[in-house]
Amino acid sequence: MADVSVAAEAAAIRSAASGPSGPKPRHALSRRNIFLYGTLLVVALYYLLPLYVMVVTSLKGMPEIRLGNIFSPPLEITFEPWVKAWSQACTGLNCDGLSRGFWNSVRITVPSVLLSIAIASVNGYALANWRFKGADTFFVILIVGAFIPYQVMIYPIVIILREIGIYGTLTGLVIVHSIFGMPILTLLFRNYFTSMPEELFRAARVDGAGFWGIYLRIMLPMSLPIFVVAIILQVTGIWNDFLFGVVYTRPDTYPMTVQLNNIVNSVQGVKEYNVNMAATILTGLVPLIVYFVSGKLFVRGIAAGAVKG
Amino acid sequence: MSNSERPNQLFRNLNAKVASIPMILTALVVFVGGTAWTVLYSFTNSKLLPRLNFVGLDQYYRLWATPRWLVSIENLLIYGVIALVFSLVIGFVLAALLDQKIRFEDTFRTIFLYPFALSFIVTGLVWQWLLNPDFGIQRVVRDLGWTSFSFDPLYNSSIVIYGISIAALWQGTGLIMCLMLAGLRGIDEDIWKAARVDGIPMWKTYLFIVIPMMRPVFITTLVIIAAGIVKVYDLVVAQTSGGPGIASEVPAKYVYDYMFFAQNLGQGFAASTMMLLSVVIVIVPWAYLEFGGKKRG
Repeated sequence: MADVSVAAEAAAIRSAASGPSGPKPRHALSRRNIFLYGTLLVVALYYLLPLYVMVVTSLKGMPEIRLGNIFSPPLEITFEPWVKAWSQACTGLNCDGLSRGFWNSVRITVPSVLLSIAIASVNGYALANWRFKGADTFFVILIVGAFIPYQVMIYPIVIILREIGIYGTLTGLVIVHSIFGMPILTLLFRNYFTSMPEELFRAARVDGAGFWGIYLRIMLPMSLPIFVVAIILQVTGIWNDFLFGVVYTRPDTYPMTVQLNNIVNSVQGVKEYNVNMAATILTGLVPLIVYFVSGKLFVRGIAAGAVKG
Repeated sequence: MSNSERPNQLFRNLNAKVASIPMILTALVVFVGGTAWTVLYSFTNSKLLPRLNFVGLDQYYRLWATPRWLVSIENLLIYGVIALVFSLVIGFVLAALLDQKIRFEDTFRTIFLYPFALSFIVTGLVWQWLLNPDFGIQRVVRDLGWTSFSFDPLYNSSIVIYGISIAALWQGTGLIMCLMLAGLRGIDEDIWKAARVDGIPMWKTYLFIVIPMMRPVFITTLVIIAAGIVKVYDLVVAQTSGGPGIASEVPAKYVYDYMFFAQNLGQGFAASTMMLLSVVIVIVPWAYLEFGGKKRG
């Protein structure tokens, strides 16, 4: 681009002079292009390599893995490791596979996403349009709190949950996810609602709509994109969580990530690398699908949620 | 409060206050209360259960005399420097390459970013497999004929933290690239034109004009990376479980293990307070630089 544009610039400067004008024709195979696309391709291959190795390993039988090399495609494709990972892999005494973890994760993720977004969107709306004295103070504490390492707060939360009597249950974990999703989501919604035209809100007020009426009939329908961003952010974040899962649930309610780690890193038995890789793909599948389907919205979501780490 | 004179005060805007109850509870009870509680109990000798039996700074003395904690801190520093330097450099270079009005930009960006959608557990397990000395990269290279080739970072305690950093960089650089790309797109096209007219080579334009202009983006990115570094936990658990021996332990894992396995709560609280302190050391100067002087909410 540089040399081409420089030529264009030079041509523009000499615009008074007659003669051929416009950019110099670009050669597809210029040195610059070879370097540029070559580098990008090599890096892209590096990024794709682990995914590729995961997939081919999960499709091989164990004898082939022992003999062959991890990069070679499977000679005989077998789906047995996938079946085994899903329904037979063992963690401790349970041998019902990752399916249990999958359904646990579904039962954790769905209510956590709904609850956290419901709380944060209403809260962001209140902060944007119905400010009351002291509201901003709490908001600042909330945002600053997002930087506190989770390790500082996990034990006090254990005590709180134990006092309420929901420590170790999925309900407890859902509440924990809603708490820790709150700073970033509230920020997201507050900023979005603040950027909406003030007249809209005023007109609705004049027409007699109240707090909930405006939220449900005007704000909610008009801010669907930001809700989608929030859903993407929360689904991937909560699905990928490990720390809260391991602290706030019991073995029979472990989310998928925790169960996956237990399956792969268990010290007992013969290591079945193909089953391990099939299990790993299965666990990564949900966020990957969300990622590939949502495209640019995902980028928006993580740019907003990057603080969450 | 003049509550008795004007009973309306508290109930004015009641709906908004009700809607903010979760936020107020989270901010006060969990964030402020929880943090204060942990810091307070870090001065006690709580073992299995939290007890208010104050022992001063004993837990901290013990913490800084524990080899495992010292290894954790050293690892965190190495990991932190690697993560900061490499993700910033690689992220920026990739963003600059993608910013050259190339074809298939979306495809490349999608490929560079997809690891970020994966959890640290998945990332750790894949790289554990790739770096497996018996089957992974080492074996493949040896099979090619270079039989003395050695590349087993996860089984060599002197370099294990670098093996973990490889996985972390694979997972995280895509995000940095995206943030940098957004920053680059925010640079006025006229700046580039002016630099070209003056005949400044491209790399010099980047180094001396564009990067200084992207200062806010760099600072935000820096804070994001730093906050992520302190939290590193799942990746280590998945890849090495802290091994071999204690060679790849990190502070977050120390805290978890002492709270939930060693039943030595006081140590866990002291260690987590140290983590908090390290975040404060990073955040406060940044907040001061960013918001210093003006009061903002």
